[in-house]
Amino acid sequence: MAEHAAHAQAHAPINYIRVYQMLLALLMVSVLGPLIGIKIVTLITAFGIAVVKAYLVAKNFMHVNVQPRFVVYLLCTVLVFMVLFFAGTAPDVMEHHGDNWVKPEVVQASSVHHE
Amino acid sequence: MRPIATTRSAAGLPTGTLAVWWVLASEIVIFGGLLGSYIMYRLNHDAWSAQAANTSLPIGAFNTFVLLTSSLTAVLGHQAAERGDGKRAAKLLRYTCVGAATFITVKAFEWTHEIREGLTITSNTFWSFYYTAAGLHALHVIAGAILMLFVAADAAKNRELHRVELIGIYWHFVDIVWIFLFPLLYIAK
Repeated sequence: MAEHAAHAQAHAPINYIRVYQMLLALLMVSVLGPLIGIKIVTLITAFGIAVVKAYLVAKNFMHVNVQPRFVVYLLCTVLVFMVLFFAGTAPDVMEHHGDNWVKPEVVQASSVHHE
Repeated sequence: MRPIATTRSAAGLPTGTLAVWWVLASEIVIFGGLLGSYIMYRLNHDAWSAQAANTSLPIGAFNTFVLLTSSLTAVLGHQAAERGDGKRAAKLLRYTCVGAATFITVKAFEWTHEIREGLTITSNTFWSFYYTAAGLHALHVIAGAILMLFVAADAAKNRELHRVELIGIYWHFVDIVWIFLFPLLYIAK
């Protein structure tokens, strides 16, 4: 209990209702954004706002900012691994050909085209 | 006397909290890999837009609202536990469980409708991702709600109040995963 009380003191007072209202406002924007029908606006309102909402939840509800620094490093490390995974596999998934390789379905499609 | 493992603080934070952060770090890799793969395929297959058009934005938005609200009750429960008010913490955790039950019920109706429309996990790669990602997330919601009921039962007796924070951290993570699933599966069409 003593540790718990000490941990409680480390938290700056946060108005959770205010944070919740901000999250709901952002949710409304992310829903209304696509109605405009402009792709870039949809991307910004949907994914940009998702990042902001995740930040608000992590900071204010999970209290990541008052955890020991190594917790932040731990989370950042796994996020870097995610980026490495994406960067390492995206060329194979998203490209149809590269140095000395072509996807079988591309070869098949081109042979059908030549016939 | 309490077991040493629950009170030592060699890492600068209680062992239970450390364990939850380790779990979440592994969860980030699991969901990150899944969502990263989805994004790769999504960017490469414009035809997926037509499939994504079958998902219901209002239902997705409602479930986002439900999870955000349940996160609020979870953090208010944590606040009550910090003040030593176990009864209020338990009450708020049970409200969070109601949110979880609402989320799962809505998802069940949504999936029933989609499956009746012939959109199953084997329909194509989009729906495979859709059911895998949303299903894995739903399993986390169910697991979290069950654990929360146990924590709430103890908290109501003013026991193990530190666990209210631990289950809260997990719950907020589940909320964050949905925050990213929502635009990927329901908005990007």
